Amino acid sequence: MPGDHAVEVDRLHVVRGGRDALDRITLGVRGGTVTGLLGPSGSGKSTLMRAIVGTQVVVSGSVTVLGEPAGTAGLRRRIAYTTQSPAVYDDLTVRENVRYFARVVGAPNARVDETIELVGLGEEAGRVVGRLSGGQHARVSLATALVGRPELLVLDEPTVGLDPVLRRDLWGTFARLAAEGATLLVSSHVMDEAEHCDDLLLLRGGRLLAQGTTGEIRERAGAADLDEAFLRLVTEAARR
Amino acid sequence: MSAGTATAARVLLQLRRDPRTVALLLLVPCVLIVLLKYLFVDRPEVFDRIGAPLLGLFPFIAMFVVTSITMLRERTTGTLERLMTLPLSRLDLLGGYGAAFGLAAAVQATLVSAVAFFLLDLDVAGPAWLIVVLAILNAVLGSTLGLFLSAFARTEFQAVQFMPAFVLPQLLLCGLFVPVDQMARPLELLAYALPLTYAYDALQRVATETSYDWRLALDVAVLVGATALAIVLGAATLRRRTP
Repeated sequence: MPGDHAVEVDRLHVVRGGRDALDRITLGVRGGTVTGLLGPSGSGKSTLMRAIVGTQVVVSGSVTVLGEPAGTAGLRRRIAYTTQSPAVYDDLTVRENVRYFARVVGAPNARVDETIELVGLGEEAGRVVGRLSGGQHARVSLATALVGRPELLVLDEPTVGLDPVLRRDLWGTFARLAAEGATLLVSSHVMDEAEHCDDLLLLRGGRLLAQGTTGEIRERAGAADLDEAFLRLVTEAARR
Repeated sequence: MSAGTATAARVLLQLRRDPRTVALLLLVPCVLIVLLKYLFVDRPEVFDRIGAPLLGLFPFIAMFVVTSITMLRERTTGTLERLMTLPLSRLDLLGGYGAAFGLAAAVQATLVSAVAFFLLDLDVAGPAWLIVVLAILNAVLGSTLGLFLSAFARTEFQAVQFMPAFVLPQLLLCGLFVPVDQMARPLELLAYALPLTYAYDALQRVATETSYDWRLALDVAVLVGATALAIVLGAATLRRRTP
C-alpha cells in the first residue's frame, strides 16, 4: 500500500566510481516502523541512504520521501541523517555540538540536554567530542540527528562499535521513537541487528535481495536465523 | 537564533577552543610589525611608507589560510554533507563563516594597529581608523577567497600551498615592491586584475594623502565587489548533491 509508505524508491539507478552502486531498485519503507537496511559493506546501503536524504546524484528513477521528491527544501526540517563515520565537530563539546544542530533545525533549547540524556551521554555533556571513545562519538552524532525530532531518521550504521548493553538501549530508543510515529531507516552489516527491526531490506551488490518483515523473510528462505536466510537468498538469486 | 548566526557562533567557539591558533593569529602580525620597525629603525620614513599597507595586508593573508583550512575540514570530515541535508542555506553557511572570521579579523587588525600606532609611532597622513577599516575589508576578502579556493584542495597540505600559489603573486604584484605603473605592460595588466592591487592602493593613499577622491572609492568598490564575487563562487562550490 503506497499510501502508507514514508519512503518510496522506484527503479533507482545510481552510478558511483564507474559502476552501478544501485541497479534500478524499487522498494518502500513503511511509516512508523524501524526498518533495517542490511547487507555486506559495499552493497549500496550508504548510497541508498544518501539518495533518500537527497545528497546523492542519481542517474534515473525516483525517490519520494514523506510525499515529496527527495532533496526538496521542505524536507530538510522533517528528516535527519547521520553518516557512517560520525560527522560532528571534534573540537566542540557534546552539548555545543547538539546545541548547534538544534539551532540550525530550529529546535527549542530545552531539547538539547534532553536529547543528550536520551543517547546516554548525560555525564559527558561538557566534554570535548574529540576526546570521547568511538562509541560515544557515534552517539553524539545520533543526538545531533535526534534533536530536531524529525519525522524520518536515516541512520547509517549507528550501532557499530557499541557495547551490547548500549546497543540494546539504542534499539529500545529507536522502537520508542517509531511507536511515537517516527520512521527510522537504520543500516547495519551485522545480521543479528535484524531482530530489532519491524521490516527488513536486504541489499547485495546494488540489488534488493528481499524486503518484508523479519518473520516473512525467515519464512521465505526457510531458515531459522537471518544469517542463514541471507545465504539462502543469495544462492537463490545467483541461480535465477 | 537564525541558522547563519548559529553558524557564526559555532565557528567562533571552535576558534576559541584552539587557543594556540588564536595566539598565533593575534601575535604574529604584531611581531612582524615590530620586526619591520626595527629593520628600518634608522629610516622611519620607510617604516611609515610600508608599515601601514602591510598592516592592512596581514589580516588578508592570515584569514585566507585559516578559513580555507577550516572549510576544507568541514568538507573532509563529512559535516558539510550533513549540513547540506539541513535547513541551512548556502548563504547562511558562507555568511556565518564570513561574519565569524570577519570578527576575528577585526580584533586582529585593531590589535596590530594599536601596536603600530601607539607603541611604534607609525605615522600616517590619513586617519588611523581608516587603515583599520581597510584591514577588516581585506580580511573579509581573504576569508571569502579562502572559502572558495578550499573547494579545490583535497588535503590540508594542498590548502596550505594555496597561500604561496594565490597570495604571494598578488603580494608581489600589488605595487608594494614596484609601483604598478612602472611594471612591464603584461604584469601591469595582470596586477589590475588582482584584488590585492586595489587593497594596497587604498592603504597607500590613506598612508600618504590627507584628502581622497574617487580613486579611493573605486578601490573600496573593487574590494567589496571581489568579496561578493568570491561568495557567489564559493556558494557555487557547495553542492547539495554529490556523485
